[in-house]
Amino acid sequence: MNDTAIEAVGLTKSYGGSPAVAGIDLRVPRGEVFSLLGPNGAGKSTTVEILEGFRRRDGGTVSVLGEDPGQAGRRWRSRIGIVWQRETMLPKVPVRDLVRHFAGYHPSAHDPDEVVERVGLAAKARALPDSLSGGQRRRLDVALGIVGRPELLFLDEPTTGFDPEARRSFWELIGDLARRGTTIVLTTHYLEEAEALADRVCVLAGGRVRALGAPADLGGRAAARATVSWTEDGGHREVRTREPTRVVAELAARFSGEVPGLGVHRPTLEEIYLSLVSGPAGSGTAGEGTA
Amino acid sequence: MSTGTAATGGTAPARLPGVLRLGLSRGWLEIRAFAREWEGIVFTFALPSLILILFAVVFDGMFDTAMPAVDYYLPGLVAMGLMSVSFQNLGTEIAIERDHGGLRRLRGTPMPPGAYFAGKTVLVAFLALGQLVLMLGVGALFFDARLPSDPASWATVAWVFVLGTIACSLLGVATSSLARSAQAASAVVVVPFLVLQFVSGVFVPVTALPDWVLYVASLFPLLWMAQGMRAAFYPDVMAAFEPSGAWDLHMVALALGAWCVVGLVLTLLTFRWKTRKDG
Repeated sequence: MNDTAIEAVGLTKSYGGSPAVAGIDLRVPRGEVFSLLGPNGAGKSTTVEILEGFRRRDGGTVSVLGEDPGQAGRRWRSRIGIVWQRETMLPKVPVRDLVRHFAGYHPSAHDPDEVVERVGLAAKARALPDSLSGGQRRRLDVALGIVGRPELLFLDEPTTGFDPEARRSFWELIGDLARRGTTIVLTTHYLEEAEALADRVCVLAGGRVRALGAPADLGGRAAARATVSWTEDGGHREVRTREPTRVVAELAARFSGEVPGLGVHRPTLEEIYLSLVSGPAGSGTAGEGTA
Repeated sequence: MSTGTAATGGTAPARLPGVLRLGLSRGWLEIRAFAREWEGIVFTFALPSLILILFAVVFDGMFDTAMPAVDYYLPGLVAMGLMSVSFQNLGTEIAIERDHGGLRRLRGTPMPPGAYFAGKTVLVAFLALGQLVLMLGVGALFFDARLPSDPASWATVAWVFVLGTIACSLLGVATSSLARSAQAASAVVVVPFLVLQFVSGVFVPVTALPDWVLYVASLFPLLWMAQGMRAAFYPDVMAAFEPSGAWDLHMVALALGAWCVVGLVLTLLTFRWKTRKDG
């Protein structure tokens, strides 16, 4: 069996002559949590919609679970799950009946009651969708997305508008899915969300891949210089160094004890991200060459 | 049938559920969801009966039609009621589902498109039958309305019911694509429907209309549905008050049959699972 969930080569898509996706290459192995980051207009949604089979591409080759999403049929659809970005309308029937109904679309679905339990809606199983809170609605969306036992799950900005506590508990749900071996493509605006969930992060800007890697070493983050700062002679001192440990040891020897105001800072994912997307080719303004 | 081992092992893939089964499942879902929308029940289901009650009470004895008001208005209002649960219901509801991403969500599942339309068919058939029973029940029980007395008239009710409801349903699905947003749907659907009610013999006899209005109204199905129902409900002498002096049932069948074909073509050409902003 193929161990690649998604493979895209030279993907392009333009709207009215301006490129939204200007040549993207991606490979996502099975079982990975892969996060797409980027400012509005970076080409995230277009890319994901092409992978989901909801948009035609202009050029390039795409294989998702071994098939071209532009040609794929019901069998393929039963192997992917989609959690949409916008809150979408649901029929006014209770949560468990809705999950049961969607399970019926699939050839080998999970037990609907188990899915309702897993997404944490057991207490709301008899409630109508309209009566749920925002976070509960998203859990229901996830339940409908996973009830068909998908091999690949698309999550489009799943926690927008969540309070921090709801977001943490939602992350646990996604982490649980990932541990069960579901391949997940997560688009998000929240860097800490990508950092918490993703095995690899892909930063898009201007329709191109700007950086690709594990959150810990994205954009050379692991190798980037750290800043060591302290207070001396009543003033703030700092040095940028590749060897923060040695600098701290020297300071400790010099001060023979506690170093006043000691701090060691490595660039956060957010700092790396901002430097990547505000690069010379512009942040999302699709002005460049090929189509 | 491949039963048993196929569903569990990783070997042979389990069968995809059939269109018919999913269509019935969707129909049941649609009926349950409709039953929870009180606005829909009032506007598309109960309104024609409410108008029948009002007309039967308010207009009785006002006209020299030699008929009780309830008998006079019942066939036209039945036609309107059928168009309400088919055209108005599907036209507004599908536009809302499309605008709010409900259709797109379905398209992202392995549900076959045919199951969606089968489900709508079940819903409309259920509502249309309910509408007919409700209106005839209200008319007969509360106002002693005259119902068709011979099998031939009931047969006319049956085929006008079936052809008219199918034609209006397809026209409703096609019209839903004209609304660019959920908010626009009621204007795009309800306003033309209201105009048709006034020019198709539901409230005002068609013979009272200027010729050109009658010609335009003849292009739409409601006029023919109302005429077919009058043929079934009215005494035969009333045919003299029709524009041609006869029931012209062959024209009713022809017009409604043509609308079924035109509506199907329009639906196939215009139906979209996404809105324009979804691309």
